Amino acid sequence: MEDISKLIDKYRGSHGGLIPLLQEAQDQAGYLSRETLEQIAEGMKLSLAKVLGVTTFYSQFHLKPRGKNIIRICMGTACHVRGGASIMAKLEEELGIKTGETTKDLEFTLESVACIGACGLAPVMSINDDIHGKLTPEKIPEILAKYRRQEAV
Amino acid sequence: MKEILVCGGTGCISGDSRLVHDALEQELSRQGLEAEFKLKYTGCHGFCEQGPVILVTPKDNFYCKVAPQDVPNLIHQLKEGKVYDELLYVEPTTNERILTRHDVPFYKKQQRLVLKNCGIIDPENIDDYLSSCGYKSLQKVLKLQPEQVIQEIKTSGLRGRGGGGFPTGTKWDFARKSVADNKYIICNADEGDPGAFMDRSLSEGDPHAVLEGMLIAGYAIGAQEGYIYIRAEYPLAVKRLSIAIEQAKARGYLGKNLLGSKFDFSIKIKQGAGAFVCGEETALMESIQGNRGMPRPRPPYPAVKGLWDRPSNINNVETLANVPVIMEMGSERYAQIGTEKSKGTKIFALTGKVNNTGLAEVPMGITLREVVFDIGGGVSDGKKFKAVQIGGPSGGCLTEEHLDLPIDYDSLLEAGAMMGSGGLVVMDESTCMVELARFFLSFSRHESCGKCTPCREGNTRLLEILQRIVEGNGEMEDLDRLQSLGENIIQSSLCGLGQTAPNPILSTLKYFRQEYELHVKNKVCPAGVCKALLSYKVMEDKCKACGLCKKSCPTEAITGEKKQAHKIDVSKCAQCGVCMEKCPFDAIIRG
Amino acid sequence: MVSITINGNQYSVPADYSILKAAEENGINIPTLCYEEGLTITGSCRMCVVEVKGVRKLLASCATPVTEGMEVQTESERVISARRDILRLLIANHDLRCLTCERNGDCRLQDYCYRYKVEDTPYKGDKKHYPIDTDNHFFIRDYSKCIKCGKCVSICAEVNGAHVYDFMERGFDTKVTSAFDDTLQETTCTACGMCVNVCPVGALVEKSVLWEGRPWEVKKVTTTCSYCGVGCQLKLKVKDDRIIGVTADKSGSNLGHLCAKGQFGWEYVHSQDRLTDPLIKRNGVFEKASWEEALTYVAHRLQGILQERGGQAFAGLSSAKCTNEENYLFQKFMRTVLHTNNVDHCARL
Repeated sequence: MEDISKLIDKYRGSHGGLIPLLQEAQDQAGYLSRETLEQIAEGMKLSLAKVLGVTTFYSQFHLKPRGKNIIRICMGTACHVRGGASIMAKLEEELGIKTGETTKDLEFTLESVACIGACGLAPVMSINDDIHGKLTPEKIPEILAKYRRQEAV
Repeated sequence: MKEILVCGGTGCISGDSRLVHDALEQELSRQGLEAEFKLKYTGCHGFCEQGPVILVTPKDNFYCKVAPQDVPNLIHQLKEGKVYDELLYVEPTTNERILTRHDVPFYKKQQRLVLKNCGIIDPENIDDYLSSCGYKSLQKVLKLQPEQVIQEIKTSGLRGRGGGGFPTGTKWDFARKSVADNKYIICNADEGDPGAFMDRSLSEGDPHAVLEGMLIAGYAIGAQEGYIYIRAEYPLAVKRLSIAIEQAKARGYLGKNLLGSKFDFSIKIKQGAGAFVCGEETALMESIQGNRGMPRPRPPYPAVKGLWDRPSNINNVETLANVPVIMEMGSERYAQIGTEKSKGTKIFALTGKVNNTGLAEVPMGITLREVVFDIGGGVSDGKKFKAVQIGGPSGGCLTEEHLDLPIDYDSLLEAGAMMGSGGLVVMDESTCMVELARFFLSFSRHESCGKCTPCREGNTRLLEILQRIVEGNGEMEDLDRLQSLGENIIQSSLCGLGQTAPNPILSTLKYFRQEYELHVKNKVCPAGVCKALLSYKVMEDKCKACGLCKKSCPTEAITGEKKQAHKIDVSKCAQCGVCMEKCPFDAIIRG
Repeated sequence: MVSITINGNQYSVPADYSILKAAEENGINIPTLCYEEGLTITGSCRMCVVEVKGVRKLLASCATPVTEGMEVQTESERVISARRDILRLLIANHDLRCLTCERNGDCRLQDYCYRYKVEDTPYKGDKKHYPIDTDNHFFIRDYSKCIKCGKCVSICAEVNGAHVYDFMERGFDTKVTSAFDDTLQETTCTACGMCVNVCPVGALVEKSVLWEGRPWEVKKVTTTCSYCGVGCQLKLKVKDDRIIGVTADKSGSNLGHLCAKGQFGWEYVHSQDRLTDPLIKRNGVFEKASWEEALTYVAHRLQGILQERGGQAFAGLSSAKCTNEENYLFQKFMRTVLHTNNVDHCARL
């Protein structure tokens, strides 16, 4: 909180300071919370609608926390037929979140995507840039653990 | 002293050129050869296909695909004054090793004026730039009247390299004539076309040239402040430009009373936040001002009322990098390069189904054939040339009939394409033109700012129609809808994004209408790309009933017992093509 | 002055005019959705595009200044084709339940579809559906009908200053709304209702008119707001001799701008408790009197007191609800007729 107000001081009164301020605030917290945006609006003497209009215009800004690892589960036909839904259910259970959400510890964000073109490996998911195929619900905890560990190191 | 120039462009860095550089550094120091060889980490050499690349002076020996483990052998040969054959470029048609860079076909027809320093100098070292005539043009300019500078640029015939091709000198003249307490020079480095990266390479490889271009423009129009608006996705370019600004300040090329004149100039960097439309000049200015990047209606033009409502001149990176070149070689000599109405050179980013991908700077008026077949080395995998898409999402396609067309701003417009920023994507017979149009439309739809009705709503509808067609649900009326809605969007949109977004559709409709009709009438994708239109069939006479296809099918659509030709149940098939890949007997065909 | 040709006829117009203004002043109507006099010109709806000789693309007439010798076509084939597509695109992403829309018969989108014979749209596809926001006291926000003209954004930010709305997201997902879709009570909204007045369609509608009558059954009566001394002009929407709402009247000094009281605070007119006759207190009880009787009584008493005790016995307190002219007359009356300077004013509402 304190840091945000320091940032705001840095850009207060500066011509066109809103976007770099949002960028730096996001760098700090990983996303822009409602609280942060309200503070920014107040500090920069801008309406909250204006700040949110700018924030939602640029694809760089996120209003929700994003995990360090982005899991994308394929919802293409092949994956669907091969039990993509059960993989999704297992992931939601393991992570304790729904699709589109991020875990509280900011480790994982779970998203669903249309076919990622790896049908031969169905059902598949990608974590960051890695493709994981021929999934079964039993394999999920092991795979997740690998990414958790990586982050811990 | 010999120089070893290791490419530090984004392409080669992703191929670990940094490790190659470090290995060279260690090896040179281990063998105590630092006095003999000067090692430099340079900007992009352009031939990204062959990266990481190294150039060794003075003979310009060109080494490709260098790995850190090659370093001891390379140094060993260089020390002996020899050439390390194994890493030289191999001409694929003759299998011959080519000794020097200018004999490599990729470079042969290039005329590297703007890129002359890229790959040669260390972009993080101002002395390198100075020793290759850097800031000489600025010194020359400061002795001229601003009007004379503008006249020089007008004489050179330089036109904007960012897309529209507006005469740069005329643009400067408008800004010069606007009276105000403050004016701005803006460098547009928000390059966002899929497949274009010349501005990134220039900013990374020769950042001082960009600054020098801005300084000269600033002097000419009477501005004291400059902004570089650059995509946040180009971190290396941001870093090198920032270093260049600091070095230029320290050496007195930025600041007050530059080089003893009365001219003051400063430059700030503004990073974009992820919006392609901010490449449009008025949207870019809105973004610098901290607003949503939504274009303003013009007039008033930026030259009258731009950034913070002050007269502003905005040019893209490549245009500005041309400026010191023009001042150095003289506008009349510059104007001898190119065609009657398009002067100088243009940098193209050559990508797609072509053997040599990379950045190539060529004189305007060169034919498409020379670019694709001589520089590009022809279509990859020996396939047949189909078309090139030029100008990215705002451009159009050119076909075989255009291969001998001299490329310049006007000939491209006439052919229904446009220069755009210079992305050149080569396509062969395995490219589906409908799918290509769909790809570009989905890009434009995603990047539309949403301000004006035709672009916001219209591009969504165009995309939906194309989606229907590639999924096999199109009807013939859809083709007329694409045409008429496309034309109306071009006619009535507010800014360049909307005014050009339908171009990929209109030009593919013009040159490849039959392909659209096949998708609609016959439900066939001749290129074999559109998944929903593909059907897989087992040719019974070739099937050996090995069962591999059956095992690999993700949707269990294949049935068949041992010693019995297998069958694909079309209703269950998801058209993924895995069976065809797996079949060892080529018994599965796609139609 | 510059001379321009519109649809083949020559006109002389001031050099700072837009094509739209030049046409309008000469009786040529050009359709507009996002244009509103007094607000920033955004040129976003593109309905007002016209053809200008020598220019390849169509130009938004609201945003393009006239130039000497300009030749303009406002209803050429190209122009009509573009406008028809714009309308088709708008209705493809618009809740078309016009039968019961409160703006049915008073809707720009409807009028232009009629004018350009746009009966339906060929562009069937994704359509935005938003729940209707009925949370604030005064009006509903039905964004499935919003055409993103942005006039509510501009009037709120530029005239009121509250800047409650803005464009959110971008491209096809663009939505004009409050931050985080907050209800207006949670924002800095002052409930001036100007956004409702500028909305060209049925996206913002006063609650008071809901199901109260079709636009053509409603009489608009111009009047002066009775709340304060500014004297804002407004139009009462009257159905069957009852007020059901208020809308802007641009002819007055307020240029159509209103505050919450003028816009929404008219319910008292129909209050049962309202005094409708003068009352005179006799024997401790108020009794109805005629105006003549009441005024005669007051004049008589004032004269009596003035004679008996002099002007210093009076103090006059007037109301900020009176106009400046009324307040001027009041103090003049106190000073010259009742000979006192004891005049004051409530200066609050």
